[in-house]
Amino acid sequence: MCIVSVISVISVAKNVCPNLVWSDLEAKKSMKLNFRVNGVEREIDAPPMKRLLDALREDLRLTGTKEGCGEGECGACSVIVDGEALNSCLAPVCQMQNANIITVEGLARDGKLDPLQQAFLECGAAQCGICTPGMLIAARALLDANRRPSRDEIKEAIAGNLCRCTGYVKIIDAIEQAASAA
Amino acid sequence: MQKFEYASPTTKEQAVALLGKSWGETEVLAGGTDLLSLMKDFIVTPKRVVNIKGIAELSLIRMPRNGSANIGALVTIEQLIDTLGRGFPAITDAAKGITSPQIRNMGTVGGDLLQRPRCWYYRAGFGLLPKGENGEPLVANGDNRYHAILGNDGEAKFVNPSSLAPALIALNAKIKIFGPAGGREVAADKFFVAPRSDSDREYTLEPNEIVMGISIPPTLGVRSATYEVRQKEALDWPLAAASVALTLDAAKKVKAARIALGHVAPTPWLAEAAAEYLTGKTINEDVAAEAGKIALAGAKPLSRNAYKVQLARVAVKRAILQAAG
Repeated sequence: MCIVSVISVISVAKNVCPNLVWSDLEAKKSMKLNFRVNGVEREIDAPPMKRLLDALREDLRLTGTKEGCGEGECGACSVIVDGEALNSCLAPVCQMQNANIITVEGLARDGKLDPLQQAFLECGAAQCGICTPGMLIAARALLDANRRPSRDEIKEAIAGNLCRCTGYVKIIDAIEQAASAA
Repeated sequence: MQKFEYASPTTKEQAVALLGKSWGETEVLAGGTDLLSLMKDFIVTPKRVVNIKGIAELSLIRMPRNGSANIGALVTIEQLIDTLGRGFPAITDAAKGITSPQIRNMGTVGGDLLQRPRCWYYRAGFGLLPKGENGEPLVANGDNRYHAILGNDGEAKFVNPSSLAPALIALNAKIKIFGPAGGREVAADKFFVAPRSDSDREYTLEPNEIVMGISIPPTLGVRSATYEVRQKEALDWPLAAASVALTLDAAKKVKAARIALGHVAPTPWLAEAAAEYLTGKTINEDVAAEAGKIALAGAKPLSRNAYKVQLARVAVKRAILQAAG
């Protein structure tokens, strides 16, 4: 259960003396963060340990990214940060300064689905749908790094994403189809 | 989470100046995969959090041509796998076992070593040395199926959760530490300890020190491997693991061996007698199996984890065979 409370933040100035002590620092309730989400520069004011997941869903209203387990096991909250898929439920927003973040909302371009989304649609690779945003993100990170992955490489890439409907075969088929179409 | 103060220093000197003299008040944040969960569940309740991700020098890997390596504490597990290549199979085997891909992209080498035990009593708030209302030991009387089978005579019954530590111990690595008095190094097999009280930690780090990284001595000619036995292929810690480093002579007889087990004791477990047994022998399946038996000779399983003894024997056997190739 995450209750993000108001916390006091100490911002460390760029030119501080090497022997910094807590009492020298100015306390603040939250910190200003700038990052790029789906190609758009965003600025938020947030407590430093706020989860990236909550910043995306609550501050930026990007609710495509889902919370599943909240412990880094299910992958429903996966987003791509600086080219790598990670669990946004375990990422404190203070570490996202100047990051380049892609969420599931950033996959379609100009009203046209990402080839992965199209393939998921055609292969019936979504059942209840809660894992789908994370699966798409993990698959996108894979295809960005490896255009023609083997089935085993696809399985490894989605090893951090649980599908409780157990629809893995169609998900793997869809990723394979998107890779071969590219 | 409870209220806390936060700082993001950019040098290791600043970072250690921000740490306190006792455990519990200040926590260090790196990859965050463990700390965030611990704070959400009120298992740790720091007044201060020091984010060390901004200390650039801790993200470096240096690999000189003599087969040694210096790995910064902030190197992620995925970067470690990508950079080490084939030179350090014991480490890369272990690193690949850390799942999922998302966790490997966030989790750091230092965080793997310093993650807190996965013991479900600890994670449920009963402490490192879990006791019931009347002071009775919870693990010995309770569900101890994933707990220690070696080194469990004291109150600590959890298993050390690090994936990399057994491999580092097998390869004779050192942990590089930085504190107010400067840098120091500790052999990886001396870094971990079984805590004697709930306020102790599972390692010899002082509360105002940070792990800077790992130094692996030259490994040219060293054959190494890690073998993990798991319940599931993904998203879990191994039930037992063994890392082995072997040097063979021209006749393929073992000149030197080091064997370390993971997930069987409150610390990674150096199996010295098993390594000594291997010395001078030619590796085959029988020799490897005998080494596995010797490594577990002192095992004292708890009420529900005798199965782990056989798993650990097999892990040792298969790691030896894999290392010998």
